[in-house]
Amino acid sequence: MTTTPTAATAVEQFALRRRTPLERLQHVLHAYPAISPLLVLILAFAVFSAVNPRFAAPNSLSLVLQQVAVVGALAVGQTLVILTAGIDLSVGAVTILAMMLAAKLAEGHGLPGVLAVAAGIGVGLLAGLVNGTLVTRIGLPPFIVTLGTLSIFGAIALLYTKGQSVPATDLPALLNWTGETFPIGRFRISIGVVLVAVLYLVVGYALATTAWGRHVYAIGDDKEAARLAGIRVDRVLLSVYLTAGAIYGLAAWILVGRAGAASPNAITDANLESITAVVIGGTSLFGGRGVLVGTLLGALIVGFFRSGLSLAGVDDQYRVLAVGLLVLLAVAVDQWIRKVKS
Amino acid sequence: MGLHTGRRSALLLALATATCLVATGCGGGSDKSGDDSVAVALITKNSTNPFFVTMQDGARKAAETEGVKLTLAAGKEDGDEAGQVQAIEDAIARGDDGILITPNGPGVNPAIKKARDAGLYVIALDTPPEPANTVDITFATDNFKAGELIGKWTAKQLGGKPATVALLDLFNDKIVSVDYNRDQGFLSGMGIDTKDRKVNGDEAKSGSYSAGTYSIVCNEPTDGAEDGGRTAMERCLAKNPAINVVYTINEPAAVGAQKALQAAGVKDALVVSIDGGCNGVQQVKSGLISATSQQYPVKMAELGVQAITKIAKGGEKPQTTSGLDFFDTGVTLVTDKPATGVDSITSADGASKCWGKA
Repeated sequence: MTTTPTAATAVEQFALRRRTPLERLQHVLHAYPAISPLLVLILAFAVFSAVNPRFAAPNSLSLVLQQVAVVGALAVGQTLVILTAGIDLSVGAVTILAMMLAAKLAEGHGLPGVLAVAAGIGVGLLAGLVNGTLVTRIGLPPFIVTLGTLSIFGAIALLYTKGQSVPATDLPALLNWTGETFPIGRFRISIGVVLVAVLYLVVGYALATTAWGRHVYAIGDDKEAARLAGIRVDRVLLSVYLTAGAIYGLAAWILVGRAGAASPNAITDANLESITAVVIGGTSLFGGRGVLVGTLLGALIVGFFRSGLSLAGVDDQYRVLAVGLLVLLAVAVDQWIRKVKS
Repeated sequence: MGLHTGRRSALLLALATATCLVATGCGGGSDKSGDDSVAVALITKNSTNPFFVTMQDGARKAAETEGVKLTLAAGKEDGDEAGQVQAIEDAIARGDDGILITPNGPGVNPAIKKARDAGLYVIALDTPPEPANTVDITFATDNFKAGELIGKWTAKQLGGKPATVALLDLFNDKIVSVDYNRDQGFLSGMGIDTKDRKVNGDEAKSGSYSAGTYSIVCNEPTDGAEDGGRTAMERCLAKNPAINVVYTINEPAAVGAQKALQAAGVKDALVVSIDGGCNGVQQVKSGLISATSQQYPVKMAELGVQAITKIAKGGEKPQTTSGLDFFDTGVTLVTDKPATGVDSITSADGASKCWGKA
């Protein structure tokens, strides 16, 4: 992954004087935000493999990938929003709404699979339009907007489905297709995992190499400066919320395939889990700093802890505790690195 | 507010409405019920679980028949005590005659006491509170017995083969009675010593059940949903791929568990569950679930509405089933592979008595 555009100015500052090793580390972490989560991931992998060799078996690693696929996808959208110094609390509600609408349309109205999937992504886009419009046109803070839409979308989903789930047998094959697995060597990969991998590549490429990506970073770094530099801030922000929404719609499709049914009780902790992955992945909650690959590492770290501690026979609450510590650590590192710029 | 509200207030209004729909159900205004009409509040654990949705439908129908004014409310999720306390306070303020509640935990007990002190008759549905005399009476499934039925059936089906058991519970971070009653009931039915009947996972990890030897691989939480059931089963299979008995807290969890079993190529495991919803009975028919204990939420709601109506009009109070501290609304084993000595009905019969939608 490439460096963030803000790194260049820091390099010039640093060239002016000798650096201590600590400053050098600070500088490297600033230039490559994904390094800290990568170290954590490697360390976690080593420790858990040592405790229980089963952990590193292809079968068990395949399952970790399948388990983090949905949150991993949601975290892509969450990363985009957080990069612009926003936050999206409506992630879970939008995903459930998209999934239930797609499933109900397919079941009740006999909509073919392709259209049902499109409808789910359409719901995501619509939700993104609502969130984005409220943020840009009315100028409400993203936290408040998505806190509101979390309730609204959640309520609509429940009113619409009357709380009932749709079993797999009533769904077109295409909706379940994301849960299908195929072997790659000794690994078993699901279609959902492939979709998430493609998603990371596409969005990661867009963030790292396109003008749009640079605008997203610029807005997160300093909205006013971005405006003065001629970036159409509102338009870019709206595109971020629309993209995030479409991604939640895609995640809904992956979720149906994995769960084997569309149930309004699914992914109760999606909001917090997606934010957790982004934060552990080294993306700054203050906006403008972070890389998408970090988010992927963050989601994998949580997945490794879940599987590793379970195989070690440790109570799951220790995973919750460890993840909490990681979040605090990640934010502390972020604050420390920010001093490079000042 | 006039019709010409600004965008902001419109948003706030929408927010308030949405929040209030999610949190409390927002019954009609505060019109005190007159002395001639009976008013009842039904407060469920949440409004998403088909079980509670069915219960709400049953209560609505019963209320229509009896000419009762019914207000529906629910917690945001299983375990949301604060939302239920609010709903109880609303019912007292409305001047309802009685409350039907599936309590989310001991945190609602003080509010229930307040309601009874205010003269409301309080009936717990589905989940007896701790202690049971917190409410006037409970109408519920004997969850321990429901677990016991699938446990006995499993022991008979194995016919002496070693049992490698996965226990897919509801939570691992909250203790709720339905969770330990079903789990420990299942193990008791298998003939396994559960040690403390109110604690999941404290039993010996290996030993002998009524017909052979057993080993318990895992206790994993599912949140009672498909995706949770799948992840839980995957974790159990990672520990031991030779699992041949899977207990699940409810049918959505069983569906998720089956997905994981199929993905791992395990075909002959016995998957047993509890609920008897129409989806679940359908799964029994298709062979995804081997046996399930069916319960009757509509009956609970109907009996509840009828009881409060009767009391409000000066009639008799209902009595508990003998030997239990609640009124048992019954449980039946549904399976297409009957076992000798364990009463059961077929999936076809189960489908005629099931709840929710197929």
